[in-house]
Amino acid sequence: MKLQVLPWLILFLPLLAAAGITLFTLNNRERSAGLSIGAIVLGFVLTLFFIAVNDWEPAGKETVASWLEVGPLQVDFGLRLDPLSLMMLLIVTGVGGAIHIYSYGYMHEDRGVARYFAGLSLFTFSMLGIVLANNFLQLFIFWELVGLSSYVLIGFWFERPSAAAASKKAFLTNRLGDFGFLLGILLVWDTFGTLNFSSIQVELIRNPAALGSLATIAGLLIFCGAVGKSAQFPLHVWLPDAMEGPTPVSALIHAATMVAAGVYMLCRVFFLLDLPDSHALEVIAWIGGITALLAALIATQQNDIKRILAYSTLSQLGYMVLAVGVASPAPAMYHLTTHAFFKALLFLGAGSVIHAMHHEQDIWKMGALRRRMPVTFWTFLLASLALCGLPPLSGFFSKDEIIAATLTPEHGHPALFVLAVMVALLTTFYMSRLVLVAFFGPAKSHGVDHAHESPKVMTVPLLALAVPSVLGGFFGIAELYGHQLGETHSGYHVLAVVASLGAVIFGLAFALGLYWNAAQDPLPEKLGALAQAARNRFYFDELYEATVIKFQEIAAAIAAWFDEWIVAGLLVRGAHGATELFGRGLRLAQTGNLQTYAFLFVLSAAVVLYFMIGR
Amino acid sequence: MTVSLEHYLVVSAMLFCLGLFGVIARRNLLIIYMALELMLNSANLAFVALSRFNNNLNGQVMVFFIITVAAAEVAVGLALIVALYRKRQTAHVEDLTLMKL
Repeated sequence: MKLQVLPWLILFLPLLAAAGITLFTLNNRERSAGLSIGAIVLGFVLTLFFIAVNDWEPAGKETVASWLEVGPLQVDFGLRLDPLSLMMLLIVTGVGGAIHIYSYGYMHEDRGVARYFAGLSLFTFSMLGIVLANNFLQLFIFWELVGLSSYVLIGFWFERPSAAAASKKAFLTNRLGDFGFLLGILLVWDTFGTLNFSSIQVELIRNPAALGSLATIAGLLIFCGAVGKSAQFPLHVWLPDAMEGPTPVSALIHAATMVAAGVYMLCRVFFLLDLPDSHALEVIAWIGGITALLAALIATQQNDIKRILAYSTLSQLGYMVLAVGVASPAPAMYHLTTHAFFKALLFLGAGSVIHAMHHEQDIWKMGALRRRMPVTFWTFLLASLALCGLPPLSGFFSKDEIIAATLTPEHGHPALFVLAVMVALLTTFYMSRLVLVAFFGPAKSHGVDHAHESPKVMTVPLLALAVPSVLGGFFGIAELYGHQLGETHSGYHVLAVVASLGAVIFGLAFALGLYWNAAQDPLPEKLGALAQAARNRFYFDELYEATVIKFQEIAAAIAAWFDEWIVAGLLVRGAHGATELFGRGLRLAQTGNLQTYAFLFVLSAAVVLYFMIGR
Repeated sequence: MTVSLEHYLVVSAMLFCLGLFGVIARRNLLIIYMALELMLNSANLAFVALSRFNNNLNGQVMVFFIITVAAAEVAVGLALIVALYRKRQTAHVEDLTLMKL
């Protein structure tokens, strides 16, 4: 491998930027933004250079620095460089770079710009760490760092109680998943005695039954991490709330990169999931499918532009997890890549709209924005069509591969196929609804009259992201992943294409019929309870409120009572009370009168003498 | 009748008890002080008597020692009492309860 230093530089540049901002330029917004943007753009350039020099598969694959050795556990701090990580490197620095630049325009009026960019750079560092990690422990550390920076950025406007609550919710829900992940890592270490990905893979190729009966459990525990980070059912509740953060953060963290980390991790350790006696993949497939369907249903009845996109993200993440579950990691990564392009673009477009509408996020108060914001409109439209899977846009290719993969005889299932097509239909429906309501039709509030196109610093990143969103299918990304993760030739591509195109056409037709020039949503009347349930996110938050949170509150109350009365009351105050009471008793003997002391002294001396000689 | 060791020791014990009673029962610091001296001297008497009857001079050495120390002690003690009197206008022991919490 040539130029081994480059990956290290790419990884640590954002950290340096974050440190520099927090230490030196916290009061200078221009310099802070410059440092942060400079670090990630330089990272992007260096990544391109590195790929140009080494091609996609550098010889040696890993560059390692020994980190710590505890007994039999040896942990390296190593970077793994293969098509998977290099492509992710490009996504994180490329899409991330566009979002960084966009942020400069979007956040310009905010007082905390420097803090914002420090958080963004810290996030970039952590995400790059996940992408480049060559062992489980390093991955887990950066995994947690990503959670932390997500917490910092969701709660960026921490003076808003909803933002503070959302950041807490995101962090705690993630921790819940990470707990399982950690157990899985321990199980893997216990079995293989190493945490290095390639060593584990070598061991597993030599002896596929190494995990024995624990194979399913190990796979599912590791999947727990992805459930939390990629917001899969039943831990999906944090992602929509995470939209409380600034919109570029939603684009970067909660659409393009961090939530994709779960899927990336599953693909990275796919050899651990795809074992002969493991049933983990079936569970993963169904969880992904359920998440995709649930989120798509919810998305059809949301009115907040960012929440629609958030549920759409959930749904697409469900797709990716479904693809992993049907033993097709290459399509999952492919969809992750194209999704990163067009979903980041959608969020940035939504941010541009929100910016123009002075922080109005309700699509029923927009309308007619098509003429007011042409650049935003056209890029948003292209991204929506890509998300719907209209050929020849990027989303078509990746989604089609996933739908085809659900039909493979050994891992797929007809029910999963129907589910995937349903989701494709719903995706087209809710995206068309969003575009039709927000950009077409009559203006639905006065805010529209004052809306105008965003400045160049925001529209240029939109245009830059529109290019890969449209052309993503022609760069050979699929072949790149397929080369590393194994091609999946299901042989059902024709059926998949027909089904998904049918879904797109039907979805579009429904949406046009219902929402062309609509002043309000006609669905609640027609569907009644189902629409109501979708609008209320199928009552998951209420359910958790009533069960998990209630239980947690009761447990907390008991713990508080125990702490207050048993620990602080009986033990602490009891000990000090008993000491004091005893002391008070003893103090009665201390009269301060010399003669009393003298008398007691003599009396005691007499008693001692009596016992020593007198008897 | 010959005067035996017992006689000396009994006298010494009586003197000691008288001194002790003085220390415990009297109120005036000066009197307590004198009672204290009495106790010291009762010990001296016992030392001398035992030294004489056991043909051992160690006791007499001890007595000289005690007399010397007692002289020094009297000097310091009286000075303290005078200083105390100047400060508190009293030499009564029940007024001196500063040690009490």
